[in-house]
Amino acid sequence: MTTTTRIERHHYDVVVIGAGGAGLRAAIEARLAGKKTAIISKSLFGKAHTVMAEGGAAAAMGNVNPRDNWQVHFRDTMRGGKFLNNFRMAELHAKESPQRIWELETYGALFDRTKTGKISQRNFGGHEYPRLAHVGDRTGLELIRTLQQKIVSLQQEDKREFGSYDARIRVFAETTVTELLLDGDRVAGAFGYYRESGEFVLFEAPAVVLATGGVGRSYKVTSNSWEYTGDGHALALRAGANLINMEFLQFHPTGMVWPPSVKGILVTESVRGDGGVLRNSEGKRFMFDYVPDVFRKQYAETEEEADRWYTDPDNNRRPPELLPRDEVARAINSEVKAGRGTPAGGVFLDIASRKSADEIRRRLPSMYHQFKELADVDITKEPMEVGPTCHYVMGGVEVEPDSGAAVGHVRGLFAAGEVSGGMHGSNRLGGNSLSDLLVFGKRAGGHAASYADSLPERPKVAVQAVEAAVETALAPLQRDTGESPYTLQQDLQAVMGDLVGIIRREGELADALVRLAELRERVAKVSAAGGRRYNPGWHLALDLRNMLVVSECTAKAALERRESRGGHTREDHPAMDPRWRQVNLVCSLEGDAVQLARKPLPKMRPELIALFDRAELAKYLTDEELAEFDALAEEAGN
Amino acid sequence: MGSKRQFRIWRGDEDGGDLQDYMVEVNEGEVVLDVIHRLQATDAPDLACRWNCKAGKCGSCSMEINGKPRLACMTRMSTFEPDETVSVTPLRTFPVIRDLVTDVSFNYEKARETPAFAPPADVPPGDYRMQQVDVERSQEFRKCIECFLCQNVCHVIRDHEENKPAFSGPRFFIRAAELDMHPLDTRTDRKEYAQAEMGLGYCNITKCCTEVCPEHIKITDNGIIPMKERAVDRRYDPLVWLGSKIFRRGETPQTSVTSARAAGPATPSTTRGGVHSHAGGSHDPQAEAQAQSGVNWHREVPHPTAPAVDERGKLPLTELTFDRAAAPSPFGDDVTFPLPPEHLNFAHPEQDKH
Repeated sequence: MTTTTRIERHHYDVVVIGAGGAGLRAAIEARLAGKKTAIISKSLFGKAHTVMAEGGAAAAMGNVNPRDNWQVHFRDTMRGGKFLNNFRMAELHAKESPQRIWELETYGALFDRTKTGKISQRNFGGHEYPRLAHVGDRTGLELIRTLQQKIVSLQQEDKREFGSYDARIRVFAETTVTELLLDGDRVAGAFGYYRESGEFVLFEAPAVVLATGGVGRSYKVTSNSWEYTGDGHALALRAGANLINMEFLQFHPTGMVWPPSVKGILVTESVRGDGGVLRNSEGKRFMFDYVPDVFRKQYAETEEEADRWYTDPDNNRRPPELLPRDEVARAINSEVKAGRGTPAGGVFLDIASRKSADEIRRRLPSMYHQFKELADVDITKEPMEVGPTCHYVMGGVEVEPDSGAAVGHVRGLFAAGEVSGGMHGSNRLGGNSLSDLLVFGKRAGGHAASYADSLPERPKVAVQAVEAAVETALAPLQRDTGESPYTLQQDLQAVMGDLVGIIRREGELADALVRLAELRERVAKVSAAGGRRYNPGWHLALDLRNMLVVSECTAKAALERRESRGGHTREDHPAMDPRWRQVNLVCSLEGDAVQLARKPLPKMRPELIALFDRAELAKYLTDEELAEFDALAEEAGN
Repeated sequence: MGSKRQFRIWRGDEDGGDLQDYMVEVNEGEVVLDVIHRLQATDAPDLACRWNCKAGKCGSCSMEINGKPRLACMTRMSTFEPDETVSVTPLRTFPVIRDLVTDVSFNYEKARETPAFAPPADVPPGDYRMQQVDVERSQEFRKCIECFLCQNVCHVIRDHEENKPAFSGPRFFIRAAELDMHPLDTRTDRKEYAQAEMGLGYCNITKCCTEVCPEHIKITDNGIIPMKERAVDRRYDPLVWLGSKIFRRGETPQTSVTSARAAGPATPSTTRGGVHSHAGGSHDPQAEAQAQSGVNWHREVPHPTAPAVDERGKLPLTELTFDRAAAPSPFGDDVTFPLPPEHLNFAHPEQDKH
């Protein structure tokens, strides 16, 4: 057919979809393995959502507190995820993140320093010791720029060797992938379009790394950019891979709720780490009322003790403002529901009355400037109005922990970063995502490269598949009877925000599924006005079906999981249930329909589970599991 | 709380376009990007506009708002008069793709040409030791969000397409400065490279880049000027010059940079960049001619020009919004004349030849 013959074609060994931290790190690794690598970036190169990360990258380097090590980091990660994490991923992450951070320094990164000249590390919610390597409050920007510049340096090497910057690693900026193409059960390539021209492009490659980030654009109040439409999640599903843990979404507890110009924008946890406190409209520091039993031992009971912790963390317990994110988000939600919120539906985050203006400006420079300029709010003078905002999805592509290879009916597909699932369990600790990107980006890139090497012959892209992809992509432009994609997105956001939001109920979730089914009909008929050149309406129309299928996964899994854990709170099942800890909910696609299955969690190795106190495990494990633990302990004792 | 406001937005592509009028609802606390999003959701679904973070952190939504280069996400509607028409146009220095989206690939090409960080060979990962005070200087430049507003506003390339091949622009001067100041970077010729290959000499320090930087990086004072100064120190040190006159030897340290553009017969001495003579404040036509003849730009050297005026015959807004009449001093406002010779920031490329 003429349409397919005119499509631009490229041949690569490894195609990385996504140009955030995970994607760039994966691409670097694939290129270092000698593979011809393409990076496909939905935005311009270097604009990825990673730049939004403020707090830092967690790595147990022990620069500030020498007692820190990978075991402690592993424990914190598992605790944060309420023991639902894939233990092997958490283990690899804790072990490898220091090397990944140090490696960045050889790429030119400049982290803030300790007095002895090492990388400084800061406190953060859920981390036992100061652990986050940081650069002021723009760590994500440093990370993305460093990786971007490393790619440039590799391109300069290639230019010297082969005469072209693009010889072995090329960035396709403002390019969106709409379909993965298969040859049987093997990945054969990716199909997409250039935003600038609207022209289609076909990448033929035996290995694809998904690093597309999250799904937040399905929510009304979100810190996520337009790119976060669950593309990688949906591509993986359609290619035959599984998604796990889709019911777990992290609502960052402190997003701005007022004024609207900054609605959804995050106020970094460091504000609380550096002394900021949460107060309700009555001026009460309410977090003391919301310390759950499992955390009671680690958190202060009085304001005096909490305030002493900032200067003397060894002899005092932590302030409850530094509880894991879901606890803080829930607490704020409860205060607002009880009528003690601000007019805009949030609570006050006050650092102005606790630190000098100078110190605030020095410790939180981006925060200070951001609010001064975006909203004319001076955080050194007045408290901020904050509330929960959709921030991160823990769920994602089910992967082999060591390689990042997708589990399911597909080979040659890898995933890293936010689009992959398992690492963070039911809740992610702040700072763990930047290190996650690096650790698993490198692994996915490396394993994609060796997978490409291992194939005796290249999978072939079928012409019919390309034709179908062209047809699907052009359909919204050719219809003029359907609804506007913007209306549909707003309706989807309303369903997800109102019915599958931070606090969930059975009836509402069932209702959400009905409405999502209706939306599916409407999205199938969406029409986009205008032409193919840089047409955001058309782009949104194509993203909608991804958002929709991912939202269905979230709603279905949320309805199924009858307990509250981490980023999933059921008002009708408010407690954590040890039996549910043994279960991952796995979504897959059968035809068009989302299928949900239960799958047992992999069992932690004895030497890892031995890192925990029995008393702590008792909060999470079933009696049978505890008996097994006791038997192990006894064996070790003998 | 919302009110209807008048917007004029440039719509079109490389074949042309014009400002189109929209009446659009504006609510309290919104920024220009909020309004553009509302327009997309209502009257103009295919209005092309880049954005990502909507928080002033990614540098995607660069555009010109009432003629001033701004990030749309950081331009509060409350900064306009209630009855003021807000006009929004694409960045002028880069070719238009569609509506408010321009082709900024120039910047990525320049980024690729700038030599990367050169790590010390003998320091293994994990053993890097640097003091906070030493990394802070480079960290200032690493705050750059690559919005390219500084590139857009720079007189050397704004409306001067012909200068683009030889000029990297403020964004990449601070990249060079950042590496120059990096405590562990092992390349020692960052300044010379900037002078010889990036066109640092074209910059006449009008500080427009600093003025538009949303991250408030002191591009000129902390980046460009220090880069110029040492490049000049090396090239024009009066004592070295005198020594070379007396002993007929000792070229001043020359750049060892090899240039893709300078490949061929061009000799190193001709690739050493010069500075606009008017940037140094010289009005001696002979010196000017000398400065220009000493530099091989591989193209016609642009003559000093008056600031560009718009169709109303007015100066561009950067000058208009300045707090005094006439253009600012190219030396910066804290400099008094006459300058001490060691602070002169221009070079006589011919000087050390004699």
